[in-house]
Amino acid sequence: MNFAFSVIAFLILATAAAAMCLRQLVHVALLLVVTWFAIAAFYLWAGAEFVAFAQILIYAGAISMVVLFAVLLTRQAPLSPSLTPAHPGRVVAALSLGGAVAGTMGYAILRTPLAPASAAGPVVSVRELGMELMGSPLAAVLIVGVILTAALIGAVVIAASPGTTKEEESS
Amino acid sequence: MNPLQACLLLSTTLFAIGLVTTLARSDAILVLLGIELMLSAANLNFIAFWHFGPATAPVHGVIFVVFALAVAAAEAAVGMALIIALYRHQKNIRLEEATSLKG
Repeated sequence: MNFAFSVIAFLILATAAAAMCLRQLVHVALLLVVTWFAIAAFYLWAGAEFVAFAQILIYAGAISMVVLFAVLLTRQAPLSPSLTPAHPGRVVAALSLGGAVAGTMGYAILRTPLAPASAAGPVVSVRELGMELMGSPLAAVLIVGVILTAALIGAVVIAASPGTTKEEESS
Repeated sequence: MNPLQACLLLSTTLFAIGLVTTLARSDAILVLLGIELMLSAANLNFIAFWHFGPATAPVHGVIFVVFALAVAAAEAAVGMALIIALYRHQKNIRLEEATSLKG
């Protein structure tokens, strides 16, 4: 097995598992940035450069900022120490369910006879990807644009305060 | 071990970590982050099958991941807006206390 893959896999799993156990929300958000960078490194290792840089831009750049803003906006107090611990019964149930899912899927993966990997994986340049995106999936590109616009407008509407406007306040 | 199997086991473990986070924690932001981890695990699978699979469709795996990333960004934006609305309503974001649908 490839050495780089081992390092990337260890980094992804270790940071994600540590983030699951931490108590401070800000620390969780910052550790997950490392996880998302490691996932981008996996994409680079697999030869998907465009997806790797999109992952860095979207996850490590945008989503982590949104998460940090949400953490800071929903803080109880500047030094509120930590989250309240979860109910132990729920933790046990969640761990057993997650273990069952991982065990079942891992067993299925290990038992499935997979074709041996081809020597060199496919390489796709950004130019090829752009030309392909303008081909048959063009309708999907337009629909994704509509989805993003609708989601952002909806997010503004949901998060906007339902209270008074400026005119009402002054009157 | 087949390298494809190693990639699939990695994404399975990441999915399980996200699932446990989503189910065990009661903080709304952590639940959303667990869902993001599960989405990332699905993206890892797309790239792994694209890289190690038969080379009949050279770009389709990448196109799938591009769309999945766009939908994940939309989901994160709406989720964080919902969390801020929840915080404004009940002054914390604990999911156990979010029991009422009325504003």
